[in-house]
Amino acid sequence: MITKRIIPCLDIKDGRTVKGINFENIRDAGDPVELAIEYAKQGADELVFLDITATNEKRKTLSELVTRIAKHINIPFTVGGGISSIEDVSALLNAGADKISVNTSAVKNPQLIKDLASQFGSQCVVLAIDTKFEDNDWYVYLNGGRVKTELKTLDWAKQAVALGAGEILLTSMNNDGTKDGFALDITKQISEAVNVPVIASGGAGTMQHFKEIFENGKADAALAASVFHYKEIAIPELKRFLKSNQIEIRL
Amino acid sequence: MKVSIIKYNAGNVQSVLFALERIGVNANVTDDISILKSSDKIIFPGVGEASSAMQYLKEKKLDEVIVNLKQPVLGICLGMQLLCKSSEEGNTECLGIFDNQIKLFTGDIKVPQIGWNTIYDLKTNLFEGIKENEYMYLVHSYYAEISNHTISKTDYGIKYSTSLQKNNFYGVQFHPEKSSDAGQKLLENFIKI
Repeated sequence: MITKRIIPCLDIKDGRTVKGINFENIRDAGDPVELAIEYAKQGADELVFLDITATNEKRKTLSELVTRIAKHINIPFTVGGGISSIEDVSALLNAGADKISVNTSAVKNPQLIKDLASQFGSQCVVLAIDTKFEDNDWYVYLNGGRVKTELKTLDWAKQAVALGAGEILLTSMNNDGTKDGFALDITKQISEAVNVPVIASGGAGTMQHFKEIFENGKADAALAASVFHYKEIAIPELKRFLKSNQIEIRL
Repeated sequence: MKVSIIKYNAGNVQSVLFALERIGVNANVTDDISILKSSDKIIFPGVGEASSAMQYLKEKKLDEVIVNLKQPVLGICLGMQLLCKSSEEGNTECLGIFDNQIKLFTGDIKVPQIGWNTIYDLKTNLFEGIKENEYMYLVHSYYAEISNHTISKTDYGIKYSTSLQKNNFYGVQFHPEKSSDAGQKLLENFIKI
């Protein structure tokens, strides 16, 4: 059986790990390579690195960091943040990333998804969506959650998969940083509407929350940052808990 | 020990190179036919699309070189699929080492399959020290059917081949370079063959 994946996320700024609470008030949480090695040892199934500086002058620094990570860890990882062209993606994949994620740039230019999928294959194209529930629906937000669009999240997810996105990383801004649990309803809606894996993100606070997002939210993977960085949840213990609750997990 | 990785248009070879480095092997990445022929071990990686990869191999005359290799060859992911007879991806005639056809996953499952799944019915010394139902990391939309070349199986909607072997040719659908300690063990085993 294919297993559900546990994915620690490392937000990177100037080569260091940070974690935003509701995308603001970021706080240093350590060296990315050291953290990556530690997570791989603990049994993380995959890692995501989101570069939140993502300015052009930093791009080279990011590629170098990606290479350092790839040298040291033996599990897959995704790199995202400010990626807007085939050249960006090519540089990161050549540096050793397994997958890349696109967000704002894909909304502004949906053709990018199609181009990336045909050039590199859908399997390495992750569509990241930041979503917020308001006025009775889930809407897509851009620029790290700062800019609202009129695009409905479910519609965008379907369109992106049709264009070639191989996976969806869905972050609920309502839940992110709250530690009150993942957004079960929108995760489930999207997971049932598209035929690619969905990674749920935002709101993890307890081990029970992971169980709920897999059982009720139909997520294929769950991503979290601060509960892992600040050692509030240990990955081995989390995985044993899920396994004892009949969820397919790699131990 | 001279280990070469075949250089072509569908290889994300960096991860394979790093994985080999971690087990103390420095490999060449090359499409130089004489270097390939004189290597002790050859790795044929692959991430990408079957028909364009085959077209490139033909243009570079690497197709004839690969099928005539006598030393141990390990195809990974698309590399394994290209060693098969044909693929539904782009309706492609492949290299034909293994009789298997490569088919698209269908039914009530997510495609591509992305993540960790178990391998079982392990055969040959490629899996020495690797336990039945070990987890390996897989990312793929197309699969090889079960045949008499099958040396490991996996379930995803159906039972299919996650590894194939015939003579000096080995193929694995999963990514050993990304499959934690078990994947590293498999690479060590291949280097020792």
